[in-house]
Amino acid sequence: MLEIKNLVVEIEGNRILNGLDLTINNGEIAAIMGPNGSGKSTLSYVIAGKDEYEVLDGEIILDGQNVLEMDPAERAVAGVFLAFQYPLEIPGVATMTFLKAALNAQRKARGEAELTTPDFIKRVNEAAQKLAIPKEMLKRALNVGFSGGEKKRMEILQMALLEPRFCILDETDSGLDIDALRIAAEGVNALRSPDRSFLVITHYQRLLNYIVPDSVHVMAGGKIVKSGGKELALELEANGYADYKAQEAA
Amino acid sequence: MADMERINTPVETAIAEHFAGAKAVLPGDAGARETAFARFAEAGLPHRRVEEWKYTDLRSVMREAAPLAPALADDDAVAALEASPWFAGIEAARIAIANGHVVASASDFADLPEGVSLETTAQALASGHPDLAALGAIPEASENIAYALNSAFMSDGVVIRVAAGTKVETPLHLRFVITGDSAVATATRTLVIVEKGASVTLLESHDSADDVAHQPNNVVEIVAEDETEIAHFRIDGHGSGAQALSTLTAHLGAHVAFDTLNMIARPGLVRHQVFMTFAGEHSKGGVRGATMLGERQHADTTLFVNHVAPHCESRELFKTALDGNATGVFQGRIAVAKEAQKTDGQMMSAAVLLSDGATMNNKPELEIFADDVLCAHGATCGELDDDLLFYLMARGIPRPEAEALLIESFLGETVEEAVDETDEAMREALMGVARTWLAARG
Ligand SMILES: Nc1ncnc2c1ncn2[C@@H]1O[C@H](COP(=O)(O)OP(=O)(O)OP(=O)(O)O)[C@@H](O)[C@H]1O
Ligand SMILES: [Mg+2]
Repeated sequence: MLEIKNLVVEIEGNRILNGLDLTINNGEIAAIMGPNGSGKSTLSYVIAGKDEYEVLDGEIILDGQNVLEMDPAERAVAGVFLAFQYPLEIPGVATMTFLKAALNAQRKARGEAELTTPDFIKRVNEAAQKLAIPKEMLKRALNVGFSGGEKKRMEILQMALLEPRFCILDETDSGLDIDALRIAAEGVNALRSPDRSFLVITHYQRLLNYIVPDSVHVMAGGKIVKSGGKELALELEANGYADYKAQEAA
Repeated sequence: MADMERINTPVETAIAEHFAGAKAVLPGDAGARETAFARFAEAGLPHRRVEEWKYTDLRSVMREAAPLAPALADDDAVAALEASPWFAGIEAARIAIANGHVVASASDFADLPEGVSLETTAQALASGHPDLAALGAIPEASENIAYALNSAFMSDGVVIRVAAGTKVETPLHLRFVITGDSAVATATRTLVIVEKGASVTLLESHDSADDVAHQPNNVVEIVAEDETEIAHFRIDGHGSGAQALSTLTAHLGAHVAFDTLNMIARPGLVRHQVFMTFAGEHSKGGVRGATMLGERQHADTTLFVNHVAPHCESRELFKTALDGNATGVFQGRIAVAKEAQKTDGQMMSAAVLLSDGATMNNKPELEIFADDVLCAHGATCGELDDDLLFYLMARGIPRPEAEALLIESFLGETVEEAVDETDEAMREALMGVARTWLAARG
């Protein structure tokens, strides 16, 4: 279970998150929707541990552990995974080298044996096949020269390999073509399990037809302003955010 | 101009005394040595007011002048050579040079690849070998003080000739080691003449004991005749106490492909100089280096690339990773003569600072007298990219390992460019230097 209480975050003196509360239960898929600039990516970075954000108040508790005290690598080991809105290109670091380093670092931190190379390659190939990622892509430097959609699929591949407890998908659907969206959603659905939770950030109701959420939250002005079931997404699609923006201004 | 004789510091006086004692016993023409020494005597040890030595003030860092090392007993030489790991995984014809003297018993002289002939520099000097006339092909190098000191003191090394048209498959590996608990100086001179149409790979590695202020001065001169293909991979593994001077000269004829790559890891002080002259048309020369420093280490790479002939291409890429209170220096000068039209020269030096105490000095210069050329240089200096570090750490990779991945890829670009894509073993041998350094960094 992930519990966020009264989270207040600033960057360079600008307040971005403004007393945000959110609880996501084990096995739950929570969707967050909200206007541009409302702080959705900020929330995901703060959960993952990017250190340029200043947390002024509040807490983030994952399975009883205070996540805010951990560095990003420790959070990953604790089960946090962020599929980036804009995955980064890392020239000179081979995709396979990176995947192996990540997988083995997490195994080592949990006291598990490192994977042998054949074992590792087998896992990657299986996961890549399910996500229709060509082997050729795995031979290149991480994300270098990948199309926007390919980068997003690579994020899902990493998620599938690392088997995290708590997955954040920050606009994974933007940039994906219709087929890729379906494949990526299938990848996510395959990972659904009673002890894994998801926070899905999206602007489009369409994704939520594939990944059906248990709860939908509206974020505006750095906090959750409304929560509901999956029908809330349909309502937003029809009416937009005008009501919430007005509410915020008031 | 009142006094030509600039020798006045105790160290300079000690060097003059060493020379007076050595010149009678060193092989070859004493007159040539005196001429070279006079060049040093006029200028003294380089100091920071000498533009070329601005960032490497030998006068202030050389507190002692170590005596020229005598040859070692074979057993001691072999023990030191065994401890030197560089290029061990590469099949090569080994040429061992310990404390500045060739060790025949530890060299593959009986097994040299076909088309390669070799003589020691000591023999060549003693017998007045005609190939020695090829030394000093680049005048700017001959004027250099480190080179002049080497010319005055040179005691051994090898003179290699690769016969015309020979494609030498097995690399030649020059293995330099210095051992002993008290500081010694060495002066080696190696000459490699590659005749028309031949190709060869030269490996050069250096090791010296840690914490002892050994003072090696090594010069390698390469004469590349027309249509030759030469790769030179160098690993500078001098110990943390060493004060090492080295000079590489490459005189390139026409249609030559020449590449040199130098890996420097954790030396006390290193000054590596490269003089490359394009004397013939349509040649390509690559000069690259990766330098890894920590503590109070200092490494200076100074290049002079001279485009005399037209239609040549030069590529210079230098990467420096600096930790602790280390200092890195890159000085790169590309000159393009009026006649050298259609020159294509690209020079880049990039440094990554891993600590607040580290310093990088970058000084790239272009001097262009031709009007139809494509030349550019760039220099960057910064920290590791926080966003990339975060991305790697967000996947569970601990900070030191994430940093190591980024540093390795940063340095590795030099190896990627210099080494043939299919030569996995060579890439591993060179990247091993970076990995060892990163592992020690922790
Ligand atoms: N480094 C930064 N410095 C200053 N302001 C920042 C910084 N990063 C984000 N912000 C601001 O914080 C606010 C929230 O940004 P964030 O990226 O979290 O929004 P978002 O909800 O993810 O938007 P989108 O839907 O466009 O992805 C924006 O106003 C943005 O300009
Ligand atoms: Mg966003």
